[in-house]
Amino acid sequence: MNTPLSWIKAYVPDLDVTAQEYTDAMTLSGTKVEGYEKLDADLDKIVVGKILKIERHLDADKLIVCQVQVTAEGETVQIVTGAPNVKEGDVIPVVLDGGRVAGGHDGSKTAGGIKIKKGKLRGMESYGMMCSIEELGSSKEMYPEAPEDGIYIFSDHKSYDGIEIGSSAIKALGLDDVVFEYEVTSNRVDCFGVIGIAREAAATFQKELKLPVVKETGNSEKASDYISVEVQDKDLCSRYVGRVVKNIKIGPSPMWMQRRLAACGIRPINNLVDITNYVMEEYAQPMHAYDLDLVAGNKIIVRRGKDGEEFQTLDGQVRKIDSSILMICDANKPVGIAGIMGGENSKITDEVKTVLFEAACFNGTNIRLSGKKLGLRTDAAAKFEKGLDPNTAMEAINRACQLIEELGAGEVVGGAVDVYDNVREPMRVPYNSHRTNKILGTNLEKETMIGYFKKVDLEYDETTGEVIVPTWRQDVESQADLDEEVARFFGYDNIPTTLPTGEATTGKLTFKLRLEGIARNLAEQFGFNEGMSYSFESPKVFDKLLIPQGDKLRDTVLITNPLGEDYSVMRTISLNGMLTSLATNYNRRNKNVRLYELGNIYLPKALPITELPEERMQFTLGMYGEGDFFDLKGVVEEYLEKVGMKNLVTYDPKAEKPFLHPGRQANIMYDNTVIGYIGEIHPAVLNNYDIGDKAYVAVLDMPEIVSRATFDVKYQGIAKYPAVTRDISMQVNKEILAGDVEAVIRKNGGSLLESYHLFDIYEGVQIKQGYKSMAYSISFRAKDRTLEDKDINEVMTKILNGLSKLGIELRQ
Amino acid sequence: MKEQLNAIMEEALQKINALVNLETLNDIRVAYLGKKGELTNVLKSMKDVAPEERPMVGQLVNEARAKLEEKLEEKKTAFEMKLREEKIAKETIDVTLPAKKPMVGHRHPNSIALDEVERIFVGMGYEVVEGPEVEYDYYNFEALNIPANHPAKDEQDTFYVTGDILLRTQTSPVQVRVMEQGNLPIRMIAPGRVFRSDEVDATHSPSFHQIEGLVIDKNITFADLKGTLAEFAKQLFGENTKVKFRPHHFPFTEPSAEVDVTCFKCGGSGCRFCKGSGWIEILGCGMVHPKVLKMSGIDPNEYSGFAFGVGLERIALLKYEIDDMRLLYENDVRFLKQF
Repeated sequence: MNTPLSWIKAYVPDLDVTAQEYTDAMTLSGTKVEGYEKLDADLDKIVVGKILKIERHLDADKLIVCQVQVTAEGETVQIVTGAPNVKEGDVIPVVLDGGRVAGGHDGSKTAGGIKIKKGKLRGMESYGMMCSIEELGSSKEMYPEAPEDGIYIFSDHKSYDGIEIGSSAIKALGLDDVVFEYEVTSNRVDCFGVIGIAREAAATFQKELKLPVVKETGNSEKASDYISVEVQDKDLCSRYVGRVVKNIKIGPSPMWMQRRLAACGIRPINNLVDITNYVMEEYAQPMHAYDLDLVAGNKIIVRRGKDGEEFQTLDGQVRKIDSSILMICDANKPVGIAGIMGGENSKITDEVKTVLFEAACFNGTNIRLSGKKLGLRTDAAAKFEKGLDPNTAMEAINRACQLIEELGAGEVVGGAVDVYDNVREPMRVPYNSHRTNKILGTNLEKETMIGYFKKVDLEYDETTGEVIVPTWRQDVESQADLDEEVARFFGYDNIPTTLPTGEATTGKLTFKLRLEGIARNLAEQFGFNEGMSYSFESPKVFDKLLIPQGDKLRDTVLITNPLGEDYSVMRTISLNGMLTSLATNYNRRNKNVRLYELGNIYLPKALPITELPEERMQFTLGMYGEGDFFDLKGVVEEYLEKVGMKNLVTYDPKAEKPFLHPGRQANIMYDNTVIGYIGEIHPAVLNNYDIGDKAYVAVLDMPEIVSRATFDVKYQGIAKYPAVTRDISMQVNKEILAGDVEAVIRKNGGSLLESYHLFDIYEGVQIKQGYKSMAYSISFRAKDRTLEDKDINEVMTKILNGLSKLGIELRQ
Repeated sequence: MKEQLNAIMEEALQKINALVNLETLNDIRVAYLGKKGELTNVLKSMKDVAPEERPMVGQLVNEARAKLEEKLEEKKTAFEMKLREEKIAKETIDVTLPAKKPMVGHRHPNSIALDEVERIFVGMGYEVVEGPEVEYDYYNFEALNIPANHPAKDEQDTFYVTGDILLRTQTSPVQVRVMEQGNLPIRMIAPGRVFRSDEVDATHSPSFHQIEGLVIDKNITFADLKGTLAEFAKQLFGENTKVKFRPHHFPFTEPSAEVDVTCFKCGGSGCRFCKGSGWIEILGCGMVHPKVLKMSGIDPNEYSGFAFGVGLERIALLKYEIDDMRLLYENDVRFLKQF
């Protein structure tokens, strides 16, 4: 929404503010001004001049030398120009020596403007420049009367009769204006019109609002003799007003109207079009004009379209209509798409004699959905979408007819055809001023509050204690809305600043969030950087990860209206984001990359989806470069220990993850439950992601962590008696896992076993084919005594017996 | 005997003075004080001394021994000092050689910003809670006073899974879920992912993060909202930060406001960063709409409250002057390591 300051001032005559003051105050009272443009920001020293004499330039065929009068007193300057369209006697805009214009005559603009200085053109002195409309920062579009190419000539247009030589040309052209751009919130339908904004401005600056006085004009005939209206689908059209104008005289609209429209960014066309646009800007009420001679049967029928129907709109396009779209029809055929665009078949041409004006109120949601369906967004539809006040329709159409009469654009037929069954009455909202103070934290007098209401035509009924809300204020329907009216006119800035009192509460994070925090700290400690990836991805991800058809991971939550296939399924596995990120880094030649992510996967409870999916937080670690499987395993174990999961973590190599190297993967087991997995990425998958190095990932399923983690730590005491260590070196069949060997040590080690660790593993020439050498250091300790050889020997025998059952021999 | 002792002493002291290194010092100790040393020999020959003189001679020998030991120790300390100094002198390193940095990871700027926000609100007694990212239409819209056919519900903004299940477009549904539980008073923030159907570009992402705040209690006022957010802004952006509340419209709050803070680059005087205005918009807020309270089972006549919503990426982008939102989801370590 744009409005020029001049238009606001037309309705708030006492308004005297700078553009910045207006911007700040309006924004703080709730009409947000996004920005403003001073039309004359780059214009300086530009006056109305008159060409007294033109002579040929002696040294240049295309230049002429003009003597131009630039003051009322008759002072003249010499100006050399190449403009083709001037003659002696023309009154034109002239920028004087030292002045500025906005840009070139080709319409290009220069930030800060172009300074004009006296100089010589082919040896002849020139003391300024005569200006085209483009040089003044505007365009022929907005000033249709301007010549196609050349200097703007005031004296060619009657409306400039009496213009004074030497006066400001900026003012004469209406360029001494500021155009404000507003961000109007969707609830303030009234503020999509100049009158609504003017009302807010008057209230904000405490000035009187003087709106145009609208009279019902017209001759002694009756509109109903020209047209009848039948609204069949009243749910979509709450009001339809038609008025008729005959003896139409198409011509340009007056300059003041053209200037105001241009300032709003609307191109002036002719008096008829300009008037409908003008009233739409003023009242936010779109109108449509039909050539009544093209409306069959002198009848308008408002009804839903027919499925399969086609209709040509006035832009020449053929549109597919269906029964959800509201159509305006005559006795035989559709003549317009309600609220969106008229039809080619009833379009106004220069030959029009009689016009039917339509001001209606259509269902906003229906207009919005129809516009979307048709792929057609018009200014009118944008206004109807908000849901208009049906009571505005009559006022707006009368205003248009009044303008037609005033501008001599035609003869208005008396009366109107008005189909309006359920008249919207002003709403009465019970009001409690104490409640307002209680919610705002203020201590305002009731009279002050009622004063604020009055400024925006909200009347307080003392007898019932109700506020009477005019129908254009659809946003005010309860006490809370009135609280806001008080707040914004009292000023949000003036409301005190306090902190909540009352019962103290404890600030805290959930257990889950604390565990995630520890995960972050730990991952970073080991060199992993935090990444974030999208929750939705392509269904092709499953192929990239070699996940077979029919796998449960392929049961996904699908987005019905995704941004594209690449963002269409909610991830059921966290690896794609990780591998994509690793690949990005690999392709950018970043070395030794370690990343982690904490993010959800989304698992449907059943398909098709009828309830919310299960969201499981995944702690995913990924890396390439320095480090291997066992480094990553160490990070996992450090984390589990940090969150109090101190039981034995085991690894089941039969994880059967298709995306991991078959010989280098494991499920991470805790208390006989899979809590995650770890492994090297399968070479084929690496290939799919264009990663040219080995990569490792570990994923911990956080719900499994949350249910097992604890922050309870009990001090265990520090051992008083020395430990005894025995080293054993074994020859072990290659098929036997370290985990199996360790299980035997644990099982037979009894209460004396303190710890064990693998200090050497070796395969090679000294070792039998199919075997490996493993060396463990095993420590024993008793809490209550120093261990003796015989204690140790007893346990070691048990361990060795256990090992020999696996076919393991000691190496000598 | 006495002369013999003096001669030994003189010789010994001379030798000690002539010592040049620590190795030969021990030889002297052995030669005089060892089991077969000269001084020990004198002591051994005590049996030849007349018994009445023995205490006197014994004393002399002990004195001589003590003196020798003292001299030897003196010399030893001197040698050790010298040796240490020589060693230290050789050990000089070039302290300007590069550091050996441990491989330490860095946190995502979003998380750093969130940690900050959480710290501030936890300090003010807020609980940090979460809600589902795939949500029912009811919680995301209807219970927030956004009825069917509201433009905000348009498919072009919201990702749908089914007719009534969607990807939440805001963290506000967590408000409703917490209010429904009915444990009053409420002071909570709810950070999390939200989704909107925006094409990816420098300033848009179809997935981003919000932090929702909600306070419900008896006698909560708009003034409290102002005070709370002013405090938040000061803690997040610096003690001198000022806030400006502008009227705005959100369906689930009334009155509603947008909040600007003084530009943290120029301090409010206007610069390129704040487009000359001196202010930067950071969040939306308002008093919880009585309809929303009622729908969640809270009596608006007894309780009132305020709510606010902050865009996490907005804070992160502003705070760290990141000019392209896409960087946040690329996970290039050269980007991540800067935070």
